[in-house]
Amino acid sequence: MKLLVVAKRVPDPEAKIRVKPDGNSIVTEQLKFVINPFDEIAVEEALRIKEKLGGEVVVLSVGPAEAAEQVRTALAMGADRGVLIKADGVCADPGIIARALAEVAKQEGFDVLLMGKQAVDTDYGQTCGMLAQILGVPYAAFACKVEVEGESKRLAVVREVDGGLETKLIGMPCIVTADLRLNEPRYASLPGIMKAKKKEIRQVSLEELGVGVTPKLRVESLEEPPKRQGGRKVGSVEELVRALHDEAKVI
Amino acid sequence: MAGILVVAENYEGRLRSATFHAVQAALDYAKVKGESDVFALVLGTDASKLARELALYPLAEVFCLEQPEIAHYTAEAYSEAISKFLESRPFDALIGASSTFVKDLFPRLAERLGGGMVNEVLEILAPDRFKRPMFAGSVIATVRLEGDPKLITIRPTAFDTAPKAQEGAKVTPVGPFAISLPFTAEFVQFEEVKSERPKLTEAKRVVSGGRGLKSAEGFHSTIEPLADTLGAAIGASRAAVDSGFCPNDYQVGQTGKVVAPDLYVAVGISGAIQHLAGMKDSKVIVAVNKDEEAPIFEIADYGLVADLFKAVPEMIGELKKVKSA
Ligand SMILES: Cc1cc2nc3c(=O)[nH]c(=O)nc-3n(C[C@H](O)[C@H](O)[C@H](O)COP(=O)(O)OP(=O)(O)OC[C@H]3O[C@@H](n4cnc5c(N)ncnc54)[C@H](O)[C@@H]3O)c2cc1C
Ligand SMILES: Nc1ncnc2c1ncn2[C@@H]1O[C@H](COP(=O)(O)O)[C@@H](O)[C@H]1O
Repeated sequence: MKLLVVAKRVPDPEAKIRVKPDGNSIVTEQLKFVINPFDEIAVEEALRIKEKLGGEVVVLSVGPAEAAEQVRTALAMGADRGVLIKADGVCADPGIIARALAEVAKQEGFDVLLMGKQAVDTDYGQTCGMLAQILGVPYAAFACKVEVEGESKRLAVVREVDGGLETKLIGMPCIVTADLRLNEPRYASLPGIMKAKKKEIRQVSLEELGVGVTPKLRVESLEEPPKRQGGRKVGSVEELVRALHDEAKVI
Repeated sequence: MAGILVVAENYEGRLRSATFHAVQAALDYAKVKGESDVFALVLGTDASKLARELALYPLAEVFCLEQPEIAHYTAEAYSEAISKFLESRPFDALIGASSTFVKDLFPRLAERLGGGMVNEVLEILAPDRFKRPMFAGSVIATVRLEGDPKLITIRPTAFDTAPKAQEGAKVTPVGPFAISLPFTAEFVQFEEVKSERPKLTEAKRVVSGGRGLKSAEGFHSTIEPLADTLGAAIGASRAAVDSGFCPNDYQVGQTGKVVAPDLYVAVGISGAIQHLAGMKDSKVIVAVNKDEEAPIFEIADYGLVADLFKAVPEMIGELKKVKSA
């Protein structure tokens, strides 16, 4: 089984995000960066499929040189090798990311490509559907359960959708996007971290891949939203219910 | 002739109320663009029935498409069907309300059409400029979208629901279109979480429970009676869903549902940024938490520092008194 998985470098979701006074970017000093949590789940799922059915797991990331750290983390979790697609600066257009990933996916070939359902910095959730269309393959988004039917080369994917759970059957090659409850990602072990140091990370540029860099979707400026004014603490349940009735008039 | 097309959501043979928010967003978009006409498209089983319902809103024309290949939704078949329809009748912009249906469909469709996409729009500034949240709502971005057509998903809580029209719109059946996919992409089944309660995204009142409920039993025996007393929908934090207290469909937040009811009661929820992303635009927020330092209190209009297992039953009693008074 040839498995590709993508790992985006994003700020730690626990960190407080602040906008720089110029409104062009966020404050990155002292910000910790991690693998996008959904992508981490995708990495875990790829490893589990490999452990069951054998094969190879290749990690892809598009980003600055520092994104090698996130590729390395996925290698420490157990992936076999990495490809870092170098894209410096403001390359955050999902169309460009999808094109870059598509080129590498074509070079590598794959049975299943796993990724996150959304990046927690952009909150776009676009890259996956675009990539699937570019590659002309089916996909199942928001997966909470993946069953690989190795013989028939199909995947039965349970998807978290509004109103309940949907099961979708897709034929390989295909793309799956991970939702939060697909699995609990493992931590990289110490031997895993040691081994990862020797694993290959191939570097390639957008130019080498022949991917244009004119974005369709561009962030012009950033601002912090108005802060919601907190109210007050009430002393008792009775006071609370009275306030909701007399003051807020919502009951 | 081009125009603006609302892609309606056919949920198990019903129109989701979010669709009417999308109609309003499309009317706003038309105004910004200096156009007057907004159209809509309904697909799938019973599309013609739903189209007649939609036609009661201020739309120029409602298209409907029913054919066996799209009886059940898949992103693959739907994007083919919609692309085929647009070949004969192009539009400048497609608008849908953020839901798992639209989130799944639009990216694939945008690429299929060679257009561009923007999601979770909060405000339309110009035909190609929008405000939208990033970083779980910690940041609001102004974005520019090039490309044609433009696929726009809107956050339903940021737009009103469209008023009904004076006159009914024309309903036009379209298709069937040739849809053949070179791969397997099949709907197998849908397990619906059935509930008699109001829908989370449509309710005027929401009661949400978090990890503080301790167990599924604690969740049911505490949150449900409170929701019943208030006539509220039930929501949950990710921790509550992950711990198996309630179905995934209840999750409120960055990666769950975004709600903005008149009253939101957060019980045993700490108030992580990812949770706030889904509820901080509620009109009145009540928090019950035993930790007075919990971040939820920073945004709550009324905070009660108490053990929820004591406070909630008491609250139900007080609410019943108010009701009968
Ligand atoms: C990528 C990503 C996406 C996420 N998306 C979401 C999302 O969409 N929605 C979401 O909700 N979270 C999301 N999260 C998780 C989020 O960061 C928090 O972990 C989660 O919201 C915590 O849930 P909680 O408040 O129920 O639990 P906790 O943070 O554990 O809080 C439990 C609270 O209950 C209180 N409590 C305990 N016992 C009692 C008692 N007897 N009486 C009163 N109070 C009590 C405690 O004081 C505490 O404040 C996401 C996280 C990540 C990384
Ligand atoms: N720069 C990137 N490098 C690798 N993967 C990415 C990148 N950007 C987006 N992705 C993948 O696409 C998913 C959705 O991202 P987005 O469309 O930005 O929300 C993420 O969860 C990643 O799996």
